[in-house]
Amino acid sequence: MIDKTIDTMAQAVAGIHDGATVMIGGFGNAGMPAALIDALIAQGARDLTIVNNNAGNGETGLAALLKAKRVRKIICSFPRQADSQVFDALYRAGEIELELTPQGNLAERIRAAGAGIGGFFSPTGYGTLLAEGKETRTINGKNYVLESPIHADFALIKALHGDRWGNLVYRKTARNFGPIMATAAKVTIAQVTRIVELGELDPEHIVTPGIFVQRVVQESAQGGKQ
Amino acid sequence: MQKMSRDAMAKRVAQDIHEGAYVNLGIGLPTMVANYLPADREIFLHSENGLLGMGPAPAPGEEDEDLINAGKQPVTLLTGGAYFHHGDSFAMMRGGHLDICVLGAFQVSATGDLANWHTGAPDAIPAVGGAMDLAIGARQVFVMTDHQTKSGESKIVEQCSYPLTGIGCVNRIYTDLAVIDVTSDGLVVREMVEGLTFEELQRRTAAPLIAAPKEDSK
Repeated sequence: MIDKTIDTMAQAVAGIHDGATVMIGGFGNAGMPAALIDALIAQGARDLTIVNNNAGNGETGLAALLKAKRVRKIICSFPRQADSQVFDALYRAGEIELELTPQGNLAERIRAAGAGIGGFFSPTGYGTLLAEGKETRTINGKNYVLESPIHADFALIKALHGDRWGNLVYRKTARNFGPIMATAAKVTIAQVTRIVELGELDPEHIVTPGIFVQRVVQESAQGGKQ
Repeated sequence: MQKMSRDAMAKRVAQDIHEGAYVNLGIGLPTMVANYLPADREIFLHSENGLLGMGPAPAPGEEDEDLINAGKQPVTLLTGGAYFHHGDSFAMMRGGHLDICVLGAFQVSATGDLANWHTGAPDAIPAVGGAMDLAIGARQVFVMTDHQTKSGESKIVEQCSYPLTGIGCVNRIYTDLAVIDVTSDGLVVREMVEGLTFEELQRRTAAPLIAAPKEDSK
């Protein structure tokens, strides 16, 4: 019997190694898998490359991971915000590397990795600082920039419901990067509000099919399955 | 001559958004346009974090942390609205499916180049978000901005000195003084606030302006 559900948060993040590239879902705090991030902090992996839209808000979640100095590099579109003080301080101190990517290119680079695409020409960013040094091409009179896929070792995402095969549905705008990140990582770990029985999710409504998901853990899980 | 208030600017932009339009309103000033969309038109607001059919802010106490806009403020979803992931959301933008986007600006050039994401200052932490995707993706790009900075510098320039967001992407500029179209002939002034002369507008603008032919002006 295939059972991708995991009993504890600690088991869910087991094996994330030093130097790993880790995608973390969420747009600000919507869709951020806070329990998995807390478990990752406790697990201790360091020298990580993180892929997220932002670079942490406030002092919790991704910001806490940054504050614990576990992140060597961040690939994101919008690091600077009113409450990005943790990132700001690390960046100004030269303690974190930033790869800034327009949000749509970030999404498509993730999608490309998951879909087995070796690179793609995007019109976004052509002629700007963010395309400097990149190959360009004019196709049917329009200018494009060659963008590369972003592969990850792990993806930590948040969904509403998941079953033991790894099928997922999301909630409102917390969906954001979850479905594409799930496709782009070797190991996708989904934190869900509730693990449901196989068959409970309407197959017409499943957003992420289980093939993209390796581990499912319930948000309330600590010592064991609820 | 009275400059337009922010609300008056938002109201003016809203008049140009047609029935059935798919529209993205950028963070900041453009967000205010939503308050003035004509009630008799069905208009679809898109937010790049994955919703179409975005509604107004929820009543106090009704906020849902999973339902936010691109500015990370709580919003609502209209009946008939939809959620989707970031890949689809940016396909809508980059793929030319949005009719209109309204963006703020640091500078707009005479040829429609837009600079709105980064001052380029050495100590500034750059953040781009979806600005570059919006600038090149929507069928029509409207810019909404003060005509001049607080220190009196024109935000409409011959060439942008700030780092670019997109090249030749702006179609129309709404300022607190005028409505200006970016055309292949140059910057054509369509409307001016009452009491402003073309000469005075030109004096406040660091790029050559063209007066609209009489039959076009309102």
